[in-house]
Amino acid sequence: MASNGLKIAIVGGGLAGLGAAMKIAEAGHSVDLISVVPVKRSHSVCAQGGINGAVNTKGEGDSPAKHLDDTVYGGDFLANQPPVQRMCDMAPQIIYLFDRMGVPFSRTKEGLLDFRRFGGTLHHRTAFAGASTGQQLLYALDEQVRKWEVGGQVTKYEGWEMLSLVLDDHQVCRGLIAMDLQTLELKAFPADAVIMATGGPGLIFGKSTNSMTCTGSAVSACYQQGARYANGEFIQVHPTSIPGEDKLRLMSESARGEGGRVWVPRKDGDARSPRDIPENERWYFLEEKYPAYGNLVPRDIATREIFQVCLEGHGVAGENQVYLDLTHIPAETLTRKLGAILEIYEMFVGDDPRHVPMRIFPGVHYSMGGLWVDFEQRTNIPGLFAAGECDYSIHGANRLGANSLVSCVYGGFTAAPSAIDYAKNVERGSTETNGIYDAELKRQAEINEQIVRNEGGENQYKLHDEMGKIMTDNVTVVRYNDRLKVTDEKLLELQERFQKISINDSNLWATQAVPHARQLWNMLQLARVITLGALNRNESRGAHYKPDFPERDDANWMKTTIAEYSDESPVFSYEPIDVSLVEPRKRDYSKGKAKAAQVPQPGSELKPEGREEIWVKEGKKVAKGESIKE
Amino acid sequence: MLILSNMNPANVKEKKRLTEPPKSVKIRIQRRDKADSTAYWETFEVPYRRNLNVISVLMDIRKHPVTADGKATTPPVWDMSCLEQVCGICTMVINGRVRQSCSALIDDLLLDTGNDTVTLQPMSKFPNVRDLKVDRSRMFEHLKQVHAWIELDGSYDLGPGPQLSNEIAQERYAYSRCMTCGCCLEACPQYSDDQYIGPQAIAQARLFNMHPTGKINIDDRLNGLTGDDGIGNCGNAQNCVQVCPMGIPLTRAIYETNRDVTVNALFGWLKK
Repeated sequence: MASNGLKIAIVGGGLAGLGAAMKIAEAGHSVDLISVVPVKRSHSVCAQGGINGAVNTKGEGDSPAKHLDDTVYGGDFLANQPPVQRMCDMAPQIIYLFDRMGVPFSRTKEGLLDFRRFGGTLHHRTAFAGASTGQQLLYALDEQVRKWEVGGQVTKYEGWEMLSLVLDDHQVCRGLIAMDLQTLELKAFPADAVIMATGGPGLIFGKSTNSMTCTGSAVSACYQQGARYANGEFIQVHPTSIPGEDKLRLMSESARGEGGRVWVPRKDGDARSPRDIPENERWYFLEEKYPAYGNLVPRDIATREIFQVCLEGHGVAGENQVYLDLTHIPAETLTRKLGAILEIYEMFVGDDPRHVPMRIFPGVHYSMGGLWVDFEQRTNIPGLFAAGECDYSIHGANRLGANSLVSCVYGGFTAAPSAIDYAKNVERGSTETNGIYDAELKRQAEINEQIVRNEGGENQYKLHDEMGKIMTDNVTVVRYNDRLKVTDEKLLELQERFQKISINDSNLWATQAVPHARQLWNMLQLARVITLGALNRNESRGAHYKPDFPERDDANWMKTTIAEYSDESPVFSYEPIDVSLVEPRKRDYSKGKAKAAQVPQPGSELKPEGREEIWVKEGKKVAKGESIKE
Repeated sequence: MLILSNMNPANVKEKKRLTEPPKSVKIRIQRRDKADSTAYWETFEVPYRRNLNVISVLMDIRKHPVTADGKATTPPVWDMSCLEQVCGICTMVINGRVRQSCSALIDDLLLDTGNDTVTLQPMSKFPNVRDLKVDRSRMFEHLKQVHAWIELDGSYDLGPGPQLSNEIAQERYAYSRCMTCGCCLEACPQYSDDQYIGPQAIAQARLFNMHPTGKINIDDRLNGLTGDDGIGNCGNAQNCVQVCPMGIPLTRAIYETNRDVTVNALFGWLKK
């Protein structure tokens, strides 16, 4: 125990959680780190492309101010700008710190960090380590936290799942309850502050690009205990993922950049092998609808078109999939330019994309929404903080590539001092906290017992499938109010049926049925927040698209959605957005000529065309071209 | 029944696929209810679909935990997370070979064996929790033993790290991809009951010993590798490098670290 006795509990051991743990340990305080998997196996490992930071080592005049502008423009002006500015200012330091921690970033010939281009920017701003930057960054923090673990300041509880917060009579967070996933033992973790760093809720959509741990369950538990959930309706869907029986895996946009063509057979349900379908019986729908851009339309448009084609029943074999075809390009060229990503397809599908068209479909990828936090990562519950994908603060209505890793680390690095500050000043629990841990333990034990006792014949995994299907069909790419209403009714029906599930595991040792049932209930709650948030928001902004309301409506909707739990339905309110740094302007990707060089290299993404440059200097806007240097 | 085919007439290297797949696949699972109970086998039958992998087959069984002969049973327990072969958690022994179950495609497995059965077992070198789930926490303890980290003055802003050639960065990258899955330990004939620290920890020591800042603490890492369970236990079977899913040059790490240990033993006193 540290000398001054502060104890902070962190839930989640990805980049945000480990970043916070390192900072707290370094400041001399103790950490209980709770994670459903060994922290080294957290979802951060899946990030491939890189981490953004305007280090400006390429003589391009890049700056944190431009990083800010790109981020809030890409996010379609839904993010409060001050925290984004702070993140962009911190980003170069974050990259340098990881460099010092020994991350094997790619280097230049001078031995400096190398940077590459990524989506939504004109600058080489993305540091990268091979094709697995997230894995490398996570490992660096894992190593540092292990050092603090040896030093006794960090205690890991790996294989434990958080079930609920412990709140005192004044709704102040005093710790949490977690469950050992082997023994199902429940344990109270008293803490002076709690930091949530649990990542996204992709599993609400059944299959997504997320890891199987990304249920959003712990965050939903906080929400049900009074934490505000913000911008839940903003879910990023990546246009090209590889549909699998078990999950969706990402296929980089660079496949289209190198000439990949998207098509479906003109005849619905055509059973022929794609190679036997002649050219004139193929429908290259992107090329047909967008002659200028063709297959290189921006990400959101590609996503919508592919989704719509499948929804109308034109998908390959009548299923949710279209061809992404590279077979017209010489195999040798493909290997040279796209080798690494083609190997991923080969490994998981078995087909060689050099000779067989890939089957792809948009996949739920990232939640811009999450727990509401202020600019110091504080939620509305005193003593509860949030960082990383599970908070809503940085990405607005749409996240740019390579901004997720930097936002996770920024969130963790900001939540840590904020939580320490709070913990130093909070009154310690006394009479009023007596008994609250036992009471919450008892409440959670009863929920578990109820789940084990229930007999009604419903299968929890089938309910999960049903939730995933209707959420994917109606609450992802294209949203209609009538379908959103139907979805909410279905979610209510699933909540009813949830009460009748029979867990099919009579052996409770290390059972996965009880934890899954608890996750499922929490996902059903959060699914309503996402669905009803989308129903209410009658505009189109970033990832949220309604054909009936196709324009962005700043007058009515440039505001943060806030959902609060009630027993009947989430209660929604709206909060104005701080746009004091970059003036909102129309986000327009439709103008400008299509250029072959738009997607110059594997791993890069489209840059927005028709983008105005407005630069910011010390919080003030300056004219395009004016120097922003000191 | 199963016919191997190479569909490409132009003699270009292409994936072999089942041309006449079976109607269903038999999945034999070695099960265990608790850590100390006896293992037993159960066989399940799953309808064949294209592009099945071991994970999706297990998900199917979990939904309907009924054996091939119609007996209701408990759902098999296994670990999974990223399903992209980068987190390492879903490692198990599949048809006798240790590997990640997410990247084990049923088609490939059936082609390999020429029959319609896939056999799943938990890794044998780690404590078995239940069914296919094992406890690999000792691997993380090994990382503590070899001080697998860089000592920082602090995480505050001190500018960039040391300049480094891209060649060194790439060599380190290869080691840094280790996802602590344990395949190397499962395959190593010397590794059992924790008497030998094994290839993964040695490779991680190498990763940091190669770094200009990491070199400063090379003694701490080598000390972690020269005890009774140390690097001297390597029997040079070279199984580790063959089963590593990340293609990490484990035998090279062992060779180079051994050299460091020798140099340290011979000349270490000069530093005193």
